[in-house]
Amino acid sequence: MKETILQPKAIKVSQRVTPNLQKRIRLGETFITALLFFCGAVSILTTLGIVFVLGNEAWLFFGGPDVDLREFFFTTTWQPVIGNFGVLPLVLSTLITSFIAMCVALPLGLSMAVYLSEYASTKTRSILKPILEILAGIPTVVYGYFALTFMTPVLRGIFGDGTVSIYNMASAGLVLGIMILPLVSSMSEDALSSVPSSLREAAYGVGANRLETAVQVVVPAALSGIIAAFIIGVSRAVGETMIVAIAAGSGPKFTFNPFESAETMTGYIARISGGDLSYDTPDYNSIFAIGLLLFLITLTLNITSRVISRRFREVYE
Amino acid sequence: MNKLLSTPSMDSPDPEIQAFFKGRHRQATLWQVIFNLSTLVGIIVLVILLVTILNRTMGFTAVENEIAPQSLSDRPMDELEINEMAAIIRGQLTRNRMRTIERAGPLEEQGRGKVYEILIEEVVQPKVVQSYTLIDSLTKRGQISAEIAEKFPQATMEFRFWLNARFLQNAMASEPTLAGVRSALLGSFFLIVITISVAFPIGIGAAIYLEEYAVAKNWINRIIQTNIDNLAGVPSIVYGILGLAVFVRILVPFTSGAMFGVEGGSGRTILSAGLTMALLILPILIINAQEAIRAVPNSLRQASYGLGATRWQTIWNHVLPYALPGILTGTILAVSRAIGETAPLIVVGASTFITSDPSGPFSSFSALPIQIFNWTTRPDDTFRNIAAAAIVVLLVSLLTLNAVAIILRNRFTKRI
Repeated sequence: MKETILQPKAIKVSQRVTPNLQKRIRLGETFITALLFFCGAVSILTTLGIVFVLGNEAWLFFGGPDVDLREFFFTTTWQPVIGNFGVLPLVLSTLITSFIAMCVALPLGLSMAVYLSEYASTKTRSILKPILEILAGIPTVVYGYFALTFMTPVLRGIFGDGTVSIYNMASAGLVLGIMILPLVSSMSEDALSSVPSSLREAAYGVGANRLETAVQVVVPAALSGIIAAFIIGVSRAVGETMIVAIAAGSGPKFTFNPFESAETMTGYIARISGGDLSYDTPDYNSIFAIGLLLFLITLTLNITSRVISRRFREVYE
Repeated sequence: MNKLLSTPSMDSPDPEIQAFFKGRHRQATLWQVIFNLSTLVGIIVLVILLVTILNRTMGFTAVENEIAPQSLSDRPMDELEINEMAAIIRGQLTRNRMRTIERAGPLEEQGRGKVYEILIEEVVQPKVVQSYTLIDSLTKRGQISAEIAEKFPQATMEFRFWLNARFLQNAMASEPTLAGVRSALLGSFFLIVITISVAFPIGIGAAIYLEEYAVAKNWINRIIQTNIDNLAGVPSIVYGILGLAVFVRILVPFTSGAMFGVEGGSGRTILSAGLTMALLILPILIINAQEAIRAVPNSLRQASYGLGATRWQTIWNHVLPYALPGILTGTILAVSRAIGETAPLIVVGASTFITSDPSGPFSSFSALPIQIFNWTTRPDDTFRNIAAAAIVVLLVSLLTLNAVAIILRNRFTKRI
């Protein structure tokens, strides 16, 4: 620090100062830069770790004598104990719960977003947004408890104990929808509020009312953001574990009936790894194969969402 | 259409135009109601969720005693003298059990409260055979007492707060009335300490690198940024699988403590779980910290450079202090995510039945959300009551954390 401060008396016109203008090498700075770069690189190591671990163990799984890829993707029984490795039941129940979740979260989330962005006053918004944030901050295991102790009895009350099993996909799916509701609505709201107000004013100017402005002008303008929010919501629903592990039941089953119990991919991983797990058994390797599938599905969804929101974004001026 | 353009007014005498305006108006009102209602649904759901949980944390219970107190003494239990209680305990328990209890000293010297507790827990052994929700307890009191009298003639009806001081102090037990969350709370606490101490420095470092050093948008910096965004969307259970393979299995000499001379040998320790959790919250932490650093005005940096400060001096003395409130808030939000996260802990092997407190980074452990999961999935209804009580503990600690985040943010913002 000291040598960088110029003393006034050191400057004399007569004295020819030839300052060394070359960039000085500072070891401390270089070291810090390297350290910070390493911190950034940890994330890349994490990704490599995920890909390597999942890929490696899945390779062992598929390389084993019991499983081949065709059986894995095209048969409908998953019973590792007797050598049946058809992943479809797990995938199907994941799809059903996620579908139910989106049936809840998309309409509700979108109308909430429209309300918050186009209708609500600043004051109402300042009350509602923290409530949504509280909903978003509740741990998923609590939602699981909610599904089992509230949603399931309600469903059984409406449709009868005979049709609805204690553990069922419908209850898990509905609560999943509630869980991703804050995410979908806040992402959609961001998209809606980033539409420039000149568009709204133009619509009002030609005589449109608030609804027409919102539905025919603002929502189409923000469509890419809304679709991105929707896809992120699906990805979150597919990857969520605790709600389905608690409420959707254990035991893989190939069924389209949402009132039956059926295990999802995440539910299976949680159940298998929660028990006493010995390494290098088909059970152990299978959670990596399913984990890899899950990782690929969510990664594809996330990337799609980002591409859509970036490429199809309407650019205003 | 021509007609509309020439007289664009609701006061128009033409009934067709009036109908047109009315129709539009009706539609607009209808949809506004729909938008309002769906927002209301969100609030209602939150209320129902909280009510469902609170509803189970207290209520009437039917309690059956293993040994009826009347058969032990003519007077009510809590009026007995300490000597009388001790005599009853000695008469009822086996010699082995007595030796364990009196290890600290004879019963008479352990204090009246403690002896009374032993008398109830070890001799009388009250068991909750049926529990009712708070709403039922308030509205159907008569019905409940009739049902208890019919189904459990031996039982007495008691109002019970499941979330009480004993619940916080006791360790896990197989009996719901005796089970508590102390070991799980401590497990969660140790876990979070490890998670923060790993994730905080790395996360801040990565954020500083990306915002201050990676200004050149070359391929490596772009990859790091894209990669962090993608990691934030990876399901938490996948992190669990990563932790299982890397920390629990490959790094077992390190995570089990064998490297440091700790006996045990299993990699399913707090350390493994803490490291897994650190990887899980790292992307969130980095993204939050990046936002905080980005919000620092550029003039601050330029002023610092203008005075001849180096890049690191600028960051350390000016950028970081300015961004600190934002960084802390983001960190606390990331940490509250880690506290409630359950799935990765299941995969890396948190135990659900731990009766002793965790003693260090290399001990096996339980955590609050794991305990909630375990109690929720038990078929016995009374376990749902303690699950609800544990949820209240979890939610209260999350709320406290968030409140701290807000206070911190306000205080630091004022100072700068």
